[in-house]
Amino acid sequence: MSILLDKRTRVVVQGITGSEGSFHTSQMLEYGTKVVAGVTPGKGGTKHLGVPVYNTVAEAVEKEKANASAIFVPPAFAADAILEAANSGVKLIVCITEGIPAKDMVKVYDAIRDKDVTLIGPNCPGIISPGKAKIGIMPGFIHRKGKVGVVSRSGTLTYEAVKQLTDLKIGQSTCIGIGGDPVIGSQFIDIIKLFNEDPNTEGIVMIGEIGGSAEEEAAAYIKKHVKKPVVGFIAGRTAPPGRRMGHAGAIISGGKGTADEKIKAMKKAGIRVAISPAEIGITMKKALEEAYGNKKKPASKRKKAAGKRKTAKK
Amino acid sequence: MKIHEYQAKEILRKFNVAVPEGIVAFTPDEAVAAAKKIGGKVWVVKAQIHAGGRGKGGGVKLAKNLREVRKLAKEMLGMTLVTHQTGPEGKVVKRLLIEQGVNIDRELYVGITLDRAQSKNVVMVSTEGGVEIEKVAAETPELILKETIDPALGMQPYQARKLAFGLGLSGVQFKNAVKFLMALYNAYESTDASIAEINPLVVTKEGDVIALDAKMNFDDNALYRHPEIVAYRDLDEEDKLEIEASKYNLNYIKLDGNVGCMVNGAGLAMATMDIIKLAGGEPANFLDVGGTANKETVANGFKIILSDPNVKAILINIFGGIVRCDRVAQGVVDAVKEVKVDLPVVVRLDGTNAEEGRKLLEKSGLNFEVAATLKDAAEKVTGVLSA
Repeated sequence: MSILLDKRTRVVVQGITGSEGSFHTSQMLEYGTKVVAGVTPGKGGTKHLGVPVYNTVAEAVEKEKANASAIFVPPAFAADAILEAANSGVKLIVCITEGIPAKDMVKVYDAIRDKDVTLIGPNCPGIISPGKAKIGIMPGFIHRKGKVGVVSRSGTLTYEAVKQLTDLKIGQSTCIGIGGDPVIGSQFIDIIKLFNEDPNTEGIVMIGEIGGSAEEEAAAYIKKHVKKPVVGFIAGRTAPPGRRMGHAGAIISGGKGTADEKIKAMKKAGIRVAISPAEIGITMKKALEEAYGNKKKPASKRKKAAGKRKTAKK
Repeated sequence: MKIHEYQAKEILRKFNVAVPEGIVAFTPDEAVAAAKKIGGKVWVVKAQIHAGGRGKGGGVKLAKNLREVRKLAKEMLGMTLVTHQTGPEGKVVKRLLIEQGVNIDRELYVGITLDRAQSKNVVMVSTEGGVEIEKVAAETPELILKETIDPALGMQPYQARKLAFGLGLSGVQFKNAVKFLMALYNAYESTDASIAEINPLVVTKEGDVIALDAKMNFDDNALYRHPEIVAYRDLDEEDKLEIEASKYNLNYIKLDGNVGCMVNGAGLAMATMDIIKLAGGEPANFLDVGGTANKETVANGFKIILSDPNVKAILINIFGGIVRCDRVAQGVVDAVKEVKVDLPVVVRLDGTNAEEGRKLLEKSGLNFEVAATLKDAAEKVTGVLSA
């Protein structure tokens, strides 16, 4: 199983006729995502890449029963695009756009926080449930269907971790890049809750970086509620304080948000922290073996063992 | 983006935030002329650099006559000011702010910034003005009062009153403090600031509430709608190589190490710096070439990295998603031929068309250490450094 996104998810792409929107829509279609509509104001009634284009998200929801949105519009218009999606009835919004002003996102976040809608991003690679569907810009072929959930603030570093897992034949249930901005729709804690509740996710990889305190908050939650093995990595141990390291949110300010603080909090919560980014996959392999027994056991037995462990813990 | 104190005060003045009268000066003559224009009997001569802690470093001094203004201006202009925020190399002072002296009764603190945990702005005040707020937060957190601002409503007068009362103010001082806080929040919000910090905020014996110092930083993502703030950019405050890199749209930050790196993606770039350290080196830079790693970006990246004389080896780490590794490899080969790179170069390619890319590098006849995984790359960096 997977979280938030599967084969039935019906996606509308906001900004479908732009160059980014076009390219990634074709990639998503190729991967098997049900892209049922596009939105470009003023181009309603046309077709693009074989997908019907509408003027508004509301029309796309009404006519094509879209229930998720992918946003590829430029930063100056992205906050508006998120609000349009959130007020048009889609349940999942994935905003890829990088460079949205923090002030705009503070308002957007406040406006949608109590709505029945999940926002992923902005400034993120998106979400993929391997073998089922993807909404975003990640390369599909490095993923493998399976039972480890991946959540990360990064793009290519997420691909790196996923590839390591795939090379070790550890598949993924869902992989989510939550984005590198200071204000994002879903934090680690939101996604980890979902992975924890998903019966088919057996382990969680969380990849954080310097800046903010979202990793510490997630670690506190994990310590209290998560029995599944969790592997962590924090990027930026060698980053200087006071400098924005590419991502708007990756900055150590006032001595806060350092990698060492985060690693300490994660270790305290029982998370296995890979110190080298080259060892994320192998650390998860060991964690899974410890939690569920040796991988060589037949699948049925493994399931039983896992089930037993869960009941014992209760 | 950072700006100077005098620039922050110019902005604050426009938003009716009380600041002392002051004029920027680039020469001792200008400093004296400024003091004359401001009038009064006491002036403060303040070195303008993009760093805090200037007072302790000798960059803020009092002058009691115009001769002293000239003497201090002469001393400060051109001096290298070292503070806890400049690093040991310090920063050369090229601008001064000449300000009227203020009759200080109490020194307070006010700061506005984004609280990421709540995704809301927060206004903080403290009676402990003039001290580093991080120190207050660590030692006496009860002395910091906070009000979280509703994003839809903005700062409300009752919140400003609560903070002003919390500071123990009354009468005229209280009224002026409320006005000050409301105006400061308006300035912060209207300019897309990421921080507005007034430390110290002074209350004068006459009852005025004035920003004696002012620090404002701005959200880079919002600069497109604030050309007036972009105009405040001072290239003297930035690293030469970083300015050069920004011309090529490269996201480069210079560090002090010996292994240069070029990576696609900010998170992977940080992780690559980390792995250089684990491999026994020190990262010489952060460099994210972004989603379009082609021949030009790679060549420009090489030029920037090679301008740093400390670099002894280079690690290129590309995870091809949208970017095709074979194209990156061709870019690396062409760039190395064009730029004449004579340092050892470790290239790690993974993801889309990685194998084709690695073959291209191996067949080029150039001296690359080609790696497939991150672990492999780290080992090759270690090997290169110990050779």
